[in-house]
Amino acid sequence: MKQGRGQSNTKNWNMVIGIALVSVVLLFVVVGLFWTPYEPTAMSAALKNKPPSLLHPFGTDYMGRDILSRVMDGAGRTFLISIVTVAIGLTAGVLVGAFTGYYGGIVDEILMRLNDTLTSFPSILLAIVFVSLIGTGEYNIIAVLGVVFIPSFARVVRSEYIVQKELDYVRNARLLGAGNLRIMFVHILPNTRPILLSTITIGLNNAILAEAGMSYLSLGVQPPNASLGSMLSEAQTYLLSAPWFALAPGLMIVFTVLGFSMISENIGKKNG
Amino acid sequence: MRYYIKKVISLIMVLFLIMLLTFIAFQVIPGDSALSRLGVDAEPEAVEALRESLGLNKSLPERFFSFLSGAVRGDFGNSYQYGKPVGELLSARLSVTVWLAVLSIFMIIAVSVPLGLVCSRKEGGVADRIITMVTQTLMAVPAFFLGIVITLIFGLVLEWFAPGAYIAPGEDFGGFLRYMIFPAVAIAVPKIAMTVKFLKTSVLRELKLDYVRTARSKGNSERAVLWRHVLKNALIPVITFMGMVIADVLAGSIVVEKVFNLPGIGRLLITAISNRDYPVVEAGVVYIGSVVLIVNFIVDLLYQKVDPRVRIK
Amino acid sequence: MKKHGKLLLALLLILGISVFAGGCGKDGNSSDGQDGDGTDGDTTVTGEAVMGGDIIVGITQDFDSLDPHKAHAAGTQEVMFNIFEGVVKPDKDGNLVPAVASDVAISEDGMTYTFTLREGVKFHNGALVTAEDVVYSLKRSAGLLETVDPEVIVTSALSCISDITASKDASGKEIVTVSLSTVNTELLGYLTSAIIPKDYENQANAPVGTGPFKFVSYTPLASLVMEKNPDYYGTAPYLDKVTFKISADTNTAFLELLAGNIDIFPYLTSEQASQLSGNYNIENGTANLVQALFLNNAEKPFDDIRVRQAMCYAVNRPEILDMVADGKGTLIGSNMFAGFAKYFNADVVDMYPYNVAKAKELLADAGYPDGFEMSITVPSNYQFHVDTAQVIVEQLKQVGITAKIELVEWPTWLEETYRGRKYQTTIVGLDANLAPSDVLKRYRSTASSNFLSYVNEEFDEIFALAIAETDDAAKVKYYKQLQEILAKDAASVYIQDPASYVAVSKKLSGYTFYPLYVQDMSKVYYVK
Repeated sequence: MKQGRGQSNTKNWNMVIGIALVSVVLLFVVVGLFWTPYEPTAMSAALKNKPPSLLHPFGTDYMGRDILSRVMDGAGRTFLISIVTVAIGLTAGVLVGAFTGYYGGIVDEILMRLNDTLTSFPSILLAIVFVSLIGTGEYNIIAVLGVVFIPSFARVVRSEYIVQKELDYVRNARLLGAGNLRIMFVHILPNTRPILLSTITIGLNNAILAEAGMSYLSLGVQPPNASLGSMLSEAQTYLLSAPWFALAPGLMIVFTVLGFSMISENIGKKNG
Repeated sequence: MRYYIKKVISLIMVLFLIMLLTFIAFQVIPGDSALSRLGVDAEPEAVEALRESLGLNKSLPERFFSFLSGAVRGDFGNSYQYGKPVGELLSARLSVTVWLAVLSIFMIIAVSVPLGLVCSRKEGGVADRIITMVTQTLMAVPAFFLGIVITLIFGLVLEWFAPGAYIAPGEDFGGFLRYMIFPAVAIAVPKIAMTVKFLKTSVLRELKLDYVRTARSKGNSERAVLWRHVLKNALIPVITFMGMVIADVLAGSIVVEKVFNLPGIGRLLITAISNRDYPVVEAGVVYIGSVVLIVNFIVDLLYQKVDPRVRIK
Repeated sequence: MKKHGKLLLALLLILGISVFAGGCGKDGNSSDGQDGDGTDGDTTVTGEAVMGGDIIVGITQDFDSLDPHKAHAAGTQEVMFNIFEGVVKPDKDGNLVPAVASDVAISEDGMTYTFTLREGVKFHNGALVTAEDVVYSLKRSAGLLETVDPEVIVTSALSCISDITASKDASGKEIVTVSLSTVNTELLGYLTSAIIPKDYENQANAPVGTGPFKFVSYTPLASLVMEKNPDYYGTAPYLDKVTFKISADTNTAFLELLAGNIDIFPYLTSEQASQLSGNYNIENGTANLVQALFLNNAEKPFDDIRVRQAMCYAVNRPEILDMVADGKGTLIGSNMFAGFAKYFNADVVDMYPYNVAKAKELLADAGYPDGFEMSITVPSNYQFHVDTAQVIVEQLKQVGITAKIELVEWPTWLEETYRGRKYQTTIVGLDANLAPSDVLKRYRSTASSNFLSYVNEEFDEIFALAIAETDDAAKVKYYKQLQEILAKDAASVYIQDPASYVAVSKKLSGYTFYPLYVQDMSKVYYVK
């Protein structure tokens, strides 16, 4: 085919750039676990709103805190939240989606309507309920977002199973005497990989953004702790006077999402 | 026919379930409706009297069923905060949300389908790489931030619209639509990026299947294969995704409504939650639930239309 | 009648809270220029006034009710000031001036208030204000009507009223007599509550009052429109129409300001004020709040006075001002803000200067040599308090105290923190009515609003004396004493009366600060 060569070329480039981007972020996160240039919450009136300099490569924020240190500290928190959130949503979503899509009928109807119920329940109300049950903090955010993410994963997986179960390879497997569970998770699941990877990437991205959204509605990470989302949300007031507030957290989010997206595209294609 | 009856029954069941869950949620979370209504200076006796008059002191089942019987008759009662019938409040916000949804969904489809096809037709080509790069970067921008950037660029620098100067559709419909374009863009851009990614993944996977090879070997042109066979089959995951997007937008986008100062469903709902305005929240949740169910029902019907192999019963 | 007039004057002097001369100028003239841009000099009073014109005022809170007796939010009251009036109303210096009543006489024993209604005052619906209307309105806000509407917020200070009656005097003027069961020399300060037409049912949707502006329309989450009241008995407003536009938050409103779509915006943050230039003057005033780190006096370890005092020494208030408001704001040392100039006890402001060593010493005395862990509950809708909390967390680290911030929603704060008193410390700003007792009443040990669980018998006694006292000098002395008691007990860590920044379009003039929550649009005008 005519795009054969270009494709493998892009593939490699995608992988290289993707890994590079994610590594940059990971480097910040890992180093941030042990060391940050300054205490992430240390503030100083004299250092308020200072543009990037040698001492503060990303500048300081409205309380004179070092943005680099806060990004290193906050990126870890964001990473943890988004990965665990997606893991919860994915696991539950795959289970629900597989059963509903594969079996159809009454199982489908019941589980999917429960799914719809969950989709319709306002996530803010859910967040407040969780706060009253388990208090505020990272765990709360993870629990809320994890639950909120289940329906979308379930829907996508279900739509895949609906199509796949009618395909020849499934019929063959059934003729060969494979059990339903085996067909669902050994035969069909690997074939949903491309779509699943896209969903995971979008999910990761959504998790980071949803956490930012929760910070924007002050249900997210509790101050003075930082997350990339909460930093970006703080930065909005200063977009004109101190645009560097948004730069570091913004770049981190873009790097992460872009990186994961490129890697996933590559893995997805290898399979095909 | 039986299929539709079954659907209606499950719609009712889900709405019941959502109302019950919301009711329970209101019992779990702290914050008293009467106290929120009266504020810091009210004496405890006054708060108690208001609780009594709002019926908050009745037993839980009694309260839920009195609310439920009202809801069945289409009467959700009066808002605690606004003192107006909830239906009136909700329907006044609906035009904003519906128009926002219509505009943004139109943008999403009009932009992402061609882009997605261009990307998948020449995978790895210059167009694909540029589009992928741009969409993936845009995907990484949080909605509120995008909203602010759009306001800064189009509102303050280019002065294409007056930030925050929302015009009610009743006043000047043209002005209303012109203003709504910008929040619609803020909603559409990240979704466009996601839809392009989805569509591309899905089309590429279809292209590798046997029937495409067969079609090609029969001498069909690349364009015909793409349009007649591949796109149709590749649409299923995309339809699923679009269904979620549509339901999401119709449910109200709090963040975008905040940045662009739109009096939509999302802001009404969050205001009601933070005032413990229970009737408004219940009605809002019932509205969202209906939207989600109806959209998903249509999505399921479309599965069968697009791919006759699929039978959902 | 003349005698009455004099009596009124004397009373106003007692109650009046006058302008605190100096840094926090209450007049429109900002003394310290924010950005040197139009804030110097008296730009706000020069320029020839033009009659007419429409303006848009940005606000960030939706109304909790349009019925004046059902609304408690400061954000509602400050707007409704333009539509409603009481028998008396506050002026810009905090004095009470006659409004719907033209005159008031108070009996020797302070048990009877006789109001003579102003002649020819009309409601916005065209009806004349009668004594019946006034009786109805006052009874409604005092909870004395036969059928009580549970949504009406009964002003607890009015509980001293036993009866309100209507009559006519010899010359045919309408009279309203308020009889008390116990003396309260500050009652007038609470009689600013709105006069509304008797038995008018639609107040919550189409409010009718007597003020300089009348209600036109209201769209929830969007705007409230009012227009000039052509029949107003007092000085007519300049503007024809004022639209109060509800923005989702200050950030959104700020974008609108940058685009020039709002003419007046009263809730700028200091950061925003410093970024704004060009089309706006920035007016400085005070927020008239007591912002404090309130301590739960019944909760360990804050039941120990040494711990509370240590907290006061450990919090560096000037640094808080620098961090959250560019150094603007007025330091306070007790539960009173400087707007109450006459009563404000300036001696206690610096009772606890920043002193880490002293704080550690006191903590060690109290049995916490290594500090302790505590939580600060902050309502999440107030970024200003959230920022203050972040600074305090850092400061407390210096004395070994580990503080954790807990953001809660406002209704949660109301129920659990305020009513339930389930908290350790919390940061909020308390506002007050036009009476010094209103600021301090919550510290009485039996008050239901005493969310600090503060108990001090001496305070209770002096408070009772202060309310009953008719001699001005003695009253002032009592109030200063009360503040000193609170400060000595270190009831809480009193921080500041925050600065307030208002953006006013350069085309406009006449914006006036009040020592209360008031946005008076009747004085605003376009400059030629």
